[in-house]
Amino acid sequence: MSAEQHIKLPEGSIEKTTTTLNLGPTHPATHGVFQNILELDGERIVSAEQTVGYIHRAFEKLAERRPLYQITTLTDRLNYCSSPINNMGWHLTVERLLGVKTPKRVDYLRVIIMELARISDHLICNSVVGVDSGAFTGFLYVMQYRELIYEIYEEICGSRLTTNMGRIGGFERNFTNAAFEKIEKFLAEYPAVLKEFENLFNRNRIFMERTIGAGPISAERALNYGFTGPNLRAAGVDYDVRVHTPYSSYEDFDFEIPVGSTGDCYDRFLVRNGEMWQSLRIVEQAYRKVQDMKGSEAEIFHADAPAYYLPEKKDVYTKMEALIWHFKIVMGETEIPPGEVYQSVEGGNGEVGYYLISDGGRSPYRLHFRRPCFIYYQAYSELTKGAMLSDAIIVMSSLNLIAGEMDA
Amino acid sequence: MALTNETIKERLIAKFGDEVSHFEEPYGFLTFAAPKELNLKVLQYLFDDEELRFQFLTDLTAVHYPDQAGRELAVVYHLHNLTDNIRLRFKVYTSIAQPDVFTATQLYSSANWMERETYDFFGINFVGHPNLKRILNVDEMDYFPLRKEYPLEEQTRVDKDDAMFGRGALPAAANRGTIETPRHDREARVPASGTPGVEQGKQDWPTDTTKV
Amino acid sequence: MARPVRFNIHPIKADVKDNISMANMPEGYSGEGFFTTNLSSVVGLARKNSIWPMPFATSCCGIEFMATMASHYDLARFGAERLGFSPRQCDLLMVIGTIAKKMGPVVKQVYLQMAEPRWVMAVGACASSGGIFDTYSVLQGIDQVVPVDVYVPGCPPRPEAILDGFMRIQDLVGQESIRRRHNEQYKELLQSYGIQ
Repeated sequence: MSAEQHIKLPEGSIEKTTTTLNLGPTHPATHGVFQNILELDGERIVSAEQTVGYIHRAFEKLAERRPLYQITTLTDRLNYCSSPINNMGWHLTVERLLGVKTPKRVDYLRVIIMELARISDHLICNSVVGVDSGAFTGFLYVMQYRELIYEIYEEICGSRLTTNMGRIGGFERNFTNAAFEKIEKFLAEYPAVLKEFENLFNRNRIFMERTIGAGPISAERALNYGFTGPNLRAAGVDYDVRVHTPYSSYEDFDFEIPVGSTGDCYDRFLVRNGEMWQSLRIVEQAYRKVQDMKGSEAEIFHADAPAYYLPEKKDVYTKMEALIWHFKIVMGETEIPPGEVYQSVEGGNGEVGYYLISDGGRSPYRLHFRRPCFIYYQAYSELTKGAMLSDAIIVMSSLNLIAGEMDA
Repeated sequence: MALTNETIKERLIAKFGDEVSHFEEPYGFLTFAAPKELNLKVLQYLFDDEELRFQFLTDLTAVHYPDQAGRELAVVYHLHNLTDNIRLRFKVYTSIAQPDVFTATQLYSSANWMERETYDFFGINFVGHPNLKRILNVDEMDYFPLRKEYPLEEQTRVDKDDAMFGRGALPAAANRGTIETPRHDREARVPASGTPGVEQGKQDWPTDTTKV
Repeated sequence: MARPVRFNIHPIKADVKDNISMANMPEGYSGEGFFTTNLSSVVGLARKNSIWPMPFATSCCGIEFMATMASHYDLARFGAERLGFSPRQCDLLMVIGTIAKKMGPVVKQVYLQMAEPRWVMAVGACASSGGIFDTYSVLQGIDQVVPVDVYVPGCPPRPEAILDGFMRIQDLVGQESIRRRHNEQYKELLQSYGIQ
């Protein structure tokens, strides 16, 4: 439908036939700061232009100043809904550069944490899609279980959101019994909650009519736009970094990849729900595997890499070698091989990549984050062409755009 | 027969001869370079060829090597063949005096914003880009911040005292010229990939903290 | 090294009487059918228990704010049930998260659109002082552009900390004199920010 059908302007008129609507950068709190300038013809969107960068915090420049072990705090703040995944991805990158091999127990513990983080990310996204279509209850209901995930993080690293979890080579301390009890509690109670959340939304007529057909994308266009993660899987391509290039012993686990067909908001919602079920499966399997490890194997929580993993504080105060290693690691005099490495992990939004160029010094020469949100937000104008304004809102929230990851 | 790094290397050399060079495999990841005039031809070949099929652009970024005269800025493309699960890294070098590189947006729509980000940070002019303007920084910014000569901190702030943070004398007023900061007044260090010679790690923290 | 589990595994049965607090009456003289006090105390009491905040959430602290809004650390019990997203209808501007230089004019514009009396709360280290991002693109604290009443430190602050900041705002609101917005000191403060 074109503007000429409805509005006839005289020749030489400077008026436009479309309305310009500025959506953002401040819009209802839940999304983050990015701007869309929409040209509307009545209720339909003719074109959309995005502006990002309202929270550009210069992570890449900042990383050139920080030693490798301090960059974990920066990676937290990329996709802050699932910050442990970013942390683990960074540790894997550095471990690949340094040639550090982590023991199985560390891998399984990392898998538990990453999958819990994935559940927490998808919970935010799906409940916010609900809020944007008018259903606030789902959000309040699942946030309770996000609080339980936060308590699990607190038991392990002390912090709820920006976790800075783990160290290069493993974790900073073994998981406590309290952490394991909370993980068990989560595994016992969460499936019922997810079932109820699905009952509220999956076959809900209003929700289905809002989301089916909103912002579809074909698999070829999605691949060309560099989509990864649930958005790509909703379009029908089963690309998952955990399966294609397994890291952290993901090949030991048995799980499926939910895939959609049309790539619209409803498919994305269902794919995320499906992924939460699969994540739950993986956490159960990993938890079993960790509990089955007995004796001294159950005490391992880091790799044997004294050149990169800080020794225990009591050893630093009593033993000479530990003191020397501690000094060397902090002052940056350990052997860091020069070279370049690219490592990717499956984050909540897709392939989070770390391109690290090291020149042998304590900080990277260049660190680049491959941020999925930044890459697929470009497709927004294509996704919303011809859609109605309310669909534009739903598409924006179903893409799970995290501003921290977009602007870095 | 599964696609291997060897096969890709042979195909590329067969097609482009000695235009493609600097083949390396750091950590198992095939990396090579080509002159910047050929970047689209190489990308198109990798996209169209039935065996190679590198049809997914994972990442596009740049690196600044201030000490390689004539080849200061390197544009790095990370490509992925999803069906055979092979990744590839392709670099083109350009000089900082004339940083023009052909845009890849015709081939990959995802390159659009990635090239804008690279322009924003390094100043590489992507010839043929539909909308090459700054994306992450403010539009009025007149320098390219990720180049090595510029410092991390904002120069006009008055509340934080650099001497307290171990960063030597910096002028209070905005000075966007070549600022000597302790991080950069060592000798240059460049990684092994793509250039001869490797500098081993030197200390990273400033040695002279008495300058105020 | 087993540590006794303390939280949330075996929740205590809570008694409803522990959880209700009554707002205190302001001081004044009362008698049969009348009560005299300052106008500012009454107005302050009414205002502080019905603040309409505007969450200007930008980044990670925004997720902690969402947790504060949710049922576990409910913000609604302080009277801030209705979060307004239009500054024209709000009293409290909560700037939650990093403000980049690109976003600075937007914060200023939103502040100007609010009607008096208005308060500003800077939630998080980034809003208070730039936080860990001492870089060329981040505004080192929103007090470079707007006058701030309460700063809540933390990266991100726990929901309890955000609630504590909110209670400090409530103290400020409750004790504010009615003439405050008209006096010289306040006008000078706004002048120093370039706000008429």
